[in-house]
Amino acid sequence: MTLLAYRDALRRALYEEMKQDERVFILGEDVGAYGGAYKVTDGLLKEFGERRVRDTPLSEAIIVGAALGAAMVGGRPVAELMYVDFATLAMDQIVNQAAKIHYMFGGQLSVPMVLRTQQGTGRGAGAQHSQSLESWFVHIPGLKVVAPSAPRDAYGLLKSSIRDGNPIIFLEHKGLYAVKGEVEDGEFTIPLGAADIKRAGTDVTIITYSRMVGLALEVAEKYAQQGVEIEVVDVRTLKPLDFETMAVSAGKTGRVIVLHEAVKTGGVGGEISAELNTRLFGCLKAPILRVAAEDVPLPANLELEKAVIPGAERLGAAIDDVIAFST
Amino acid sequence: MRRTGVITVTFYTMRKQTKLISKERDHIMTIEPTLAHQLYREMLLIRRAEERILQELMQGKLASTMCHVSIGQEAVPVGVCSQMQPQDYLTSTHRGHGHFLARGGDPKRMMAELFGKETGYCKGRGGSMHITDAAIGHLGANGIVGGHIGIAVGAALWSQMSQRDAVTICFFGDGGLTEGIFHEAANLAAVWKLPLVFVCENNQYAMSLPWNKSVAQPHIKTYAASYGMKALDVDGQDVLAVREAAGELMAHARSGAGPALLGAYTYRFLGHSRADPSKYRDPEEEARERARDPLLILRQNVSTSLLSDADPEAINAEIEALMDESVAFAEASPFAPMSAALEDVYA
Repeated sequence: MTLLAYRDALRRALYEEMKQDERVFILGEDVGAYGGAYKVTDGLLKEFGERRVRDTPLSEAIIVGAALGAAMVGGRPVAELMYVDFATLAMDQIVNQAAKIHYMFGGQLSVPMVLRTQQGTGRGAGAQHSQSLESWFVHIPGLKVVAPSAPRDAYGLLKSSIRDGNPIIFLEHKGLYAVKGEVEDGEFTIPLGAADIKRAGTDVTIITYSRMVGLALEVAEKYAQQGVEIEVVDVRTLKPLDFETMAVSAGKTGRVIVLHEAVKTGGVGGEISAELNTRLFGCLKAPILRVAAEDVPLPANLELEKAVIPGAERLGAAIDDVIAFST
Repeated sequence: MRRTGVITVTFYTMRKQTKLISKERDHIMTIEPTLAHQLYREMLLIRRAEERILQELMQGKLASTMCHVSIGQEAVPVGVCSQMQPQDYLTSTHRGHGHFLARGGDPKRMMAELFGKETGYCKGRGGSMHITDAAIGHLGANGIVGGHIGIAVGAALWSQMSQRDAVTICFFGDGGLTEGIFHEAANLAAVWKLPLVFVCENNQYAMSLPWNKSVAQPHIKTYAASYGMKALDVDGQDVLAVREAAGELMAHARSGAGPALLGAYTYRFLGHSRADPSKYRDPEEEARERARDPLLILRQNVSTSLLSDADPEAINAEIEALMDESVAFAEASPFAPMSAALEDVYA
């Protein structure tokens, strides 16, 4: 075991995959000499050279376009969009092209491409650099969406994503890059579409992903001191979603909260809630609650930012509510 | 009698609406009878195939309502594709039957695709706008104007990275020229010196908008200048001029010197789609442009003796038979089962 930061775990995955597979290459803004805006690709230019670590102009549509076109004819590109907010400039390439190629052309062509980007709050980056846009991608058949919360998951899921045959939207979180965690020394992968129980519990299930896993674990520890055991399910992959693991946990505790940093309206929480209601109607002790960001753009002021996204207080209130409902 | 003909084709620097303004240079080329035959046959194949497609569409036999024909524009894909090597790639547009057939796509499986049949290239899931044959380097007809330009850049990038001697041809129209991604693509391709030839088929209308109201510069090749690309503008109704210019630009791209842009001035004889009677066009303009039919121009340009072993009537009869065969194949083919709608979402 080695203690690795999230960004270092991602870099280790990239390094290993590039070492093992000559087809894997990186392209994006400032991924070369600068080492990536969040330093994930730092050092890879020196190791692999300009042919395979390609700095691009500020042209998001063609970054994605070049990646998906290369993927269609034999490459294994890992493209980086500096912020998920910039995906707006490349949405045709992601939604109409990458996601549709395999189906629309009758299976003749495929797009084994990873689109790495990062999202979320925590740096006071303001309305255009802090959004959590996962539900846009989750809504598109043909894409897979991954959002790891921990270094070990980031490593194993990125390796699986690079080896997958489909376009993958790999959502890192800007607030997690420096977070450290244990990662096995030997090589391994984590399958896409498998949730992970980050904390076992019997009384309440919190279903969450990305940076909110940390909040859920922190709040769960506090409740444990009061004798309330909370199970934290990290879904890890947002498309496909592992409803089996979620339903088993929800069936056990009977009380479910879905927690995410994205705004509530149209968010993944609604999807998870609807499906669990269908599967577990009559077995639940309380309505499924969603704890999510307020439906507003994100302010730059870090204090105001905290008022928008879920914190310990709001999560605690939801836990109290689901417990109060059935006792 | 077999002999080689000597033809003069002209590269133009400018063409404003329908009027040729000035010519850049005359270009002397030679043409073999077999080539004259091939070019004529392929243009006629596209013409007859699209006429037949419209006929079947009107009879309600196509599985989709979306269908855009390129009648009048046949010289561009035929001239360009005649210079392609087997390992080369192309990306195509919503008006893509011509690119597909000129590249060597099978008309039978194409017709089956339009009929929505399982034997179609895309198992009935693509239709006219997404006709594709990956086996011949055709990376898809694309329904988003300009959307496929990124794919072309990527194919050229991987060709360069993997040291494949492949050039990618990216067809788009005057409508695609004004999409932002063209400019991102042209810049990146030039910076990375990708083996890519952009082919702007200026059919003079982006749906209803005439190109002098949508494109700021009347020279298509002007757009290449700001990206440092080699470029030529040609009369897109003259298949020999298109072929010569495409050959020059593809040789440039293949040599590693970077991307190039071909501006081909052509005309969409019919409306944007079957629902469009082209009321926004001047009938005199339409009549004048229809007189510049690429099939007639080729026949005028090559001597009778050159086409003697390629008698137009015989070619026509062969193609009509092929169309009958294609429609029969499509009609006889089974529809995909309903369950096929749920397949191939993921690889």
